[in-house]
This record gives sequence, C-alpha cells and structure tokens, in this order.
Amino acid sequence: MTPISFPNRQAEGIHISELEVHYRRVLALKAINCEIRPGRVTGMIGPNGAGKSTLIKAMLGLVTPVQGKVCFQNQPLTKQLDQVAYLPQRSKIDWTYPATVWDVVMMGRVRKTGWFHRFSSVSRRLVAQALDRVGLSDYRDRAIGELSGGQQQRVFIARALTEQAHIFCFDEPFAGIDKKTESVIFDILHELAEAGHIVLVVHHDLGHSIVNFDDLILLNRELVAHGTRKEVLNAENLQYAYGDRIAFFSEAA
Amino acid sequence: MLEILIEPLQYGFMQRSLMTAILVGIICAVVGSYLMVQRLALLGESVSHSVLPGVAIAFILGVDIFLGAFIAGVISAVMIAWVRTRSPVKEDAAMGIIYSAFFSLGITLITIVQKNNKIDLLHFLFGNILGVTTRDVINTSVIAVIVVGAIALLYKELLFYTFDPEGAQASGLPINLLDFGLIILMSLTIVASLTTVGLALVVALLITPGATAYLLVKRLHQMMILGAVIGVLASISGMYLSYYFNIPSGPAIVMVAFGFFMLAFLFSPTHGVLTHPSRGPGLAQSQIWQEIRGLLATKK
Ligand SMILES: Nc1ncnc2c1ncn2[C@@H]1O[C@H](COP(=O)(O)OP(=O)(O)OP(=O)(O)O)[C@@H](O)[C@H]1O
Ligand SMILES: [Mg+2]
Repeated sequence: MTPISFPNRQAEGIHISELEVHYRRVLALKAINCEIRPGRVTGMIGPNGAGKSTLIKAMLGLVTPVQGKVCFQNQPLTKQLDQVAYLPQRSKIDWTYPATVWDVVMMGRVRKTGWFHRFSSVSRRLVAQALDRVGLSDYRDRAIGELSGGQQQRVFIARALTEQAHIFCFDEPFAGIDKKTESVIFDILHELAEAGHIVLVVHHDLGHSIVNFDDLILLNRELVAHGTRKEVLNAENLQYAYGDRIAFFSEAA
Repeated sequence: MLEILIEPLQYGFMQRSLMTAILVGIICAVVGSYLMVQRLALLGESVSHSVLPGVAIAFILGVDIFLGAFIAGVISAVMIAWVRTRSPVKEDAAMGIIYSAFFSLGITLITIVQKNNKIDLLHFLFGNILGVTTRDVINTSVIAVIVVGAIALLYKELLFYTFDPEGAQASGLPINLLDFGLIILMSLTIVASLTTVGLALVVALLITPGATAYLLVKRLHQMMILGAVIGVLASISGMYLSYYFNIPSGPAIVMVAFGFFMLAFLFSPTHGVLTHPSRGPGLAQSQIWQEIRGLLATKK
C-alpha cells in the first residue's frame, strides 16, 4: 500500500470572539468566544431556540452579527466561503422543486466550476463518487421529492462532500433519521475529521450517539461550556443549559 | 386547412405580431419557470400591473414606451423588496399594496393623457395584434436574446439559488445580485409581452406553460424547454384565433394555454387526475363531504 496521503492538514481552527447576534430586538447570541478545532468532530448542543443554527449562520455571514469576529487562518471566515460546505436545516428546502438527485448534488460544484463554465468531467466523477459514498447511486435520476427523509438528508451530505471543502457545517443532519443512516453519516464525519478537516455538527440527541463527538459546544444564548466531550458533559453544565435535570448518556462522560 | 394558416400571413401586421408572439411565448415560459419554483407567481402579477405608469409617463415625455414600462416595473419590484425587508409586512401583502398603487397611478395618468391623444388603455391591458410595429419586433428580439442568453450563461447558479438560497449564499454566491438579475429579466419579459398579451394577462403566459410542463417532466431545464414549446403553440394559435374571430390577442392566447394546462392536469402520466384516480378520492369519500356528514349526524 502507498503511504497514507497527507491531506491539507492545516492545524488551525476557527476562532470565534465576542460574537453577538440580534434579531430585531431579540438577543439570540451573547458574546460567544470559542475555538473549533480541526481533526475533531465537534458537536453543538443546546435546547430549541438556543441559537445553534444562528451561530452557524453568523459564522458564514448568513446573518449579520452586531459585533464580534469569526476568523480562520487570521482572515474573516466570510471571505473564505469557498472553503466551507454547509448543510442547512432540512425544513428550509422546497422538496417539490423540479430537480433530480443528480442536479442537487451537482450544486456542490457550482462555485468551484466558476461563472459561465460548464461542469467538467472531474465534477461529474466527484458527484458520482459522493453518491456512491452515501449509497444513493441507484437514485441519481429520481426527483428529490420522491425520496424518503433519510435519503434526502444523504443527498445533502453528498452535496457537501463534492464541495471539496475544508470546513463542514452541518445543521441537524440526524433529524428524523434511522440508526443505519445515522451510522453511515457518522462514519463520513469521522473520515472527514481524520483527514484533518473542521467538522461542526448541530445535534439534538444526548443519548448514546453523543459518543461520536470528540468536542462539544453547549449553547443557550450564551456559551455554557465548550471543550472535549468529557469536559462538557456533566450534570451541572446540562442543568444550566437546559434549566432542568436532564438525562444524558453518562458513560460517555 | 393549410390556407387558413397561410392566408393571414400576407399581411405585414400579422407577420409582425406572430413573430413577437413566438418570442414572447419562449421567454415567458423560461422566466416564468423561475417564478413558479420560487412561488413568486404573484410577483409576476404585481410587476406586470406596475408597468402602467411607466407607459403613461413615457408617452407624455415622448420616449420609448418599452423603456418607461421597464423602469416602472423594476422600481415596483425594488419597492416590494424594500417594504418586505424593512417592515414586518409579509411579501404577499407588500405586493398587493405596491401593485394596486402603481396600477392606480397608471390608470390616472393614462386617463389624463387620453384627453389629448389617441391612446387606448385596452390595448395595453389585453394586447392588440394590429398595434405591433417593426420597432416592437426589433425590441422584442433584442430582449429575447438578452433573456435567453443570460439564463443560458447563469443557469447553474440560478438553479442553486432558487432551490436553496441559504446554501447558495453559504457557498459564496452573490445571491442578492442573482435575485436582482431575475427581477431585471422578469421586467424585460413583461415589457416585451405588452403588445401581444397585454399587462393584465402576462402572468398567465409566465406561469401556465411552465406549470403545464411541471406536471410532465421533473427537471428545471426540461420544464423550461417544454414550457417554451407550449407557450409558442399557445401564442401562435391565440394569434390566429384573434385574427379570425376579431378578439383581443391576450385572452385568446391565455385560453389556449389554459387548455394545454387542463390536458396535462387531467392526463399527465405522473400527476394526472384521470390517469391517477387513486391519488385524490372521489366526491363520495372526499374529506369535506365526510365532515359535512359528520356534522349532520351529530345534529340529529
Ligand atoms: N429569522 C429570525 N427572526 C427573528 N428571530 C429569529 C429568527 N431566527 C431565529 N430567531 C430566534 O433566535 C433564537 C435562536 O434561533 P435558532 O434557530 O438559532 O435556534 P436553534 O438553537 O437552532 O433551535 P432549534 O433546535 O429549534 O433548531 C430563537 O429564539 C428564535 O426565535
Ligand atoms: Mg436550528
């Protein structure tokens, strides 16, 4: 076997400092400071309305923060969006849109292809590989509206993979998904982290699946805790964030 | 039979209006497909009504009516976006407010202009095949080249943006520019349709052919191509109907387009009401009927 290829192992993470977001009058995020490290699967947890989606959107410039910075390699992250693959929360998509699985995964190649150019054969090969990786090769000509929820989610994972990004931000990729698809997706997340990428995933389940995360960010409008899974996952932190005694998979801590 | 088709072509006005109608059938279906997938049919309706004051002002100033209509259309679309983003008023309400105001202003101005000029409001509202000048044909051709060219060049970006705006923005696409570009293309298309379909009915030619195609195919570009074919067929047949029965061209075109839609609605292999009777229950089992029966039963 050839020696393992060295992927772009940029040792730098994303640095978030004093990030604050308001929606009109509502304070959604208050003075967030943290680092998201490369080579780790980082989970973001917190109750509904904690600002998890908002934090990702603010990092990518989809909402404008009132103050604070998000830096990667000493540059604002919003200036380097070509390095980012983002998976939006599922409910935002119109599933009746006239597009096939192939069309949607191809969208991951739009930016890399550039204005006025047609998709290259390299792009087509990447898309075919990504579909294969998520096990949807047989569905490439299906209309996206004719897929199950788990298959739709895998289409978006495949789209993120084709972007050849360094930073992966997934907003609730596990919503409404069975154990088998869940483990397919976690495998992909671990692979990405092992290749030295930055992997940030919004997650809801504090049960057994939490062991798949190396680092955690616990959020409730403010940053409650962040660090390795063991540092974050304790009764005190969770009570503070969720305002209630809450069951979690305690062997993971 | 063939004579029926050829006879009108000896007249210059019929050649010109047929030519325009074909081009308009194409670009309306293509641009309208974007409106439909974004659920913005009402925006097409709004902007088409909002061009009227532009027509009147262009008439007063003696400049090209196409130009006046285009500027008014773009201004109305920008105002709609402004009201929507700068106040809690929702998009559909913003459209209703802006377009009724623009339309009223247009009617007022046209009534004033009409006092000293021969300008027929009905021609702008419903199209007039006698009124298509060589200048109109040239304008429409230029617009058609711009619209089709722009969409061919920006197809993949527009597909991404209209399907998943946040994903497109997160990947670094300038989505506000793309959105504005679509508004420009839509305004151009509406302006080009003024003479043959008229502003009151453009929305039908924007939406109906694309919607018909949507029932038959499953990818956006297929929807645009099939929609364009349907739009052209409707335009041509509408023109002949208008010629032989002396009715305004707009309504004639729209009724033919609606006929195509009903055919697809009833007989589409994938979505047809008659080809898939199992999808929707008949009246006897329908939910509303059951609810009515339930109410009656409890009253007893
Ligand atoms: N577009 C918006 N306009 C106004 N307020 C918003 C908007 N989006 C979110 N909010 C508010 O900001 C807060 C954070 O929302 P966010 O969507 O980030 O939460 P979340 O942690 O992702 O929740 P969930 O687990 O339900 O996805 C919530 O209180 C929400 O009501
Ligand atoms: Mg969320």
